[in-house]
Amino acid sequence: MAGVLVYSTKQGLALELISAARKIDETVWAVSINDDNLAQALAAAGARVFKISNPDLTVADTGAVAAAIKQVLDKVNTDVVLLSSDRRGKELAGRLAQVIGAGCLTDVTAINVEGSKIECQRNALGGATIATQYIEGPKVIAIRPRAYEAAGAGNGSVEELAVEIKGAAIKVIDFKPKAADTVNIEAAEILVAVGQGLSDEAKLTDIQDLAARLGGEVACSKPLATDKKWLSEERIIGLSGKKCKPQLALLLGISGQVQFTVGIRDARVIAAINTDENAAINYMADYIMQADLHDVIKELNEKL
Amino acid sequence: MNIVVAMKQIPDLQQIRIRNRKPVLDGVPAALGIIDKNALEAAVLIKESQGGKVIVLSAGNEEVEETVKEALAAGADEAFLVLDDELDGADGSVKALVLAEAIRKIEDVGLILFGEGSGDNYSGQVGSRVAELLGLPQVGYARSIEINDSSAVIVRSLEDGDEIIEVSLPVIVNVLGDINEPRIPSVTQILKAGKKLKEVLELEDLAIDLTGLPEINMVSNLAPETDRKQVKVSSVDELLQALKTEGVI
Repeated sequence: MAGVLVYSTKQGLALELISAARKIDETVWAVSINDDNLAQALAAAGARVFKISNPDLTVADTGAVAAAIKQVLDKVNTDVVLLSSDRRGKELAGRLAQVIGAGCLTDVTAINVEGSKIECQRNALGGATIATQYIEGPKVIAIRPRAYEAAGAGNGSVEELAVEIKGAAIKVIDFKPKAADTVNIEAAEILVAVGQGLSDEAKLTDIQDLAARLGGEVACSKPLATDKKWLSEERIIGLSGKKCKPQLALLLGISGQVQFTVGIRDARVIAAINTDENAAINYMADYIMQADLHDVIKELNEKL
Repeated sequence: MNIVVAMKQIPDLQQIRIRNRKPVLDGVPAALGIIDKNALEAAVLIKESQGGKVIVLSAGNEEVEETVKEALAAGADEAFLVLDDELDGADGSVKALVLAEAIRKIEDVGLILFGEGSGDNYSGQVGSRVAELLGLPQVGYARSIEINDSSAVIVRSLEDGDEIIEVSLPVIVNVLGDINEPRIPSVTQILKAGKKLKEVLELEDLAIDLTGLPEINMVSNLAPETDRKQVKVSSVDELLQALKTEGVI
């Protein structure tokens, strides 16, 4: 093993991967594809960057990217790859693992080096458990965003690398940026999260009012955003949403299915307001109030 | 054109209990992956508008033959199953080899659909591995699929926006959980499902070598420790006082 190779299309996430890689090995290789700024930023954080510039290579074509990274791996002779577990990274992970004959773990929240093993933690059984696993042989490990701090300044280098790519199998004909809702619930110290206990969309203004009074953000369980579309998907807490660590999570009308709680269980203080005294959420709350959330919100807004 | 939908048998997650932080899987019934059902629905919708046949593909233990009836009731025309106890809980690298080899045995495959992740493990790697094994293009996180003769226009939803992709068939697509609302089969459909064609193979019927694959070892698999206070409060005043004492408001 000679070092660790990291790759992400996103600069912030790639810098986090450099931090994670340093837990495994001092030597960190990195790849940039058609992105000079990324190459410079990673080198400035101490990585030895292979800069690939090839108009035939698009990061949207997972197969081509995997083929390109394989050529880098052959050159540096390592078999440990860290990817970001964002959507691009997760889609690539399995494909690259297949190309290099590696085992693959995605959505990894922490890595610990135990002798020659790289132990990885990830959610299993839909989030009910946390599995600690390690791969024997070549490894592709995709690490969840914000599991590690971005790497600081270092002394890296940039080397250009030509790769051979077959004709593009995928054509990107358009890209439509998401309408900027631009809320970042992961950064909020206080979250007021609502679930399906909320009676109607009009009541959201009271929730927003409460969040504003507390200096926090509004978040929600998945059905409120994807089924009812009352809130944007950026506000979803849980397995398929955001993992948040606020100081306070005020959970309103949320039953507490594990797909949700996995995204909030790291909060410092959890208060749950629910009409069901047996709701699963009560077992992972610090303060439990059995009441109609609409009454409670009204009273909170009056008293805060 | 045949549409293959890969579906995974998983334990019914709602029924898993935790005892001494360990998951208790004994007696938990089997179910199909939640997002796999979205993949099936996407396939059935394409079939309904453009014709073709939907073939559900699954690899696992012998219970799969029963579990897959739900997919046949919900619109799949046929099932192609590889059943072997060795496949129960097998790693993604094993499953991918099996699924890829099975797909090679199915004629005229234009589209191969997966869910964005399995319900239990949510690793999302098998579709990508199968794409590599078959040398096919892939599009993940699809929120819509439109088939035009020999190509498809697929919207891939990324964190910062939607990528509109044109790709020639056959292609592997991993669909998002919110691409559609899977139908609930009627009683008649459930009764008829048992009569639909099922092709059942065993591992030894496939020309694949499962030796020398990378191994994933489990060190532990435990529910996170919960040390929450679980204090009941009976009024808003009491709640506010508690949160002030905690120093969070």
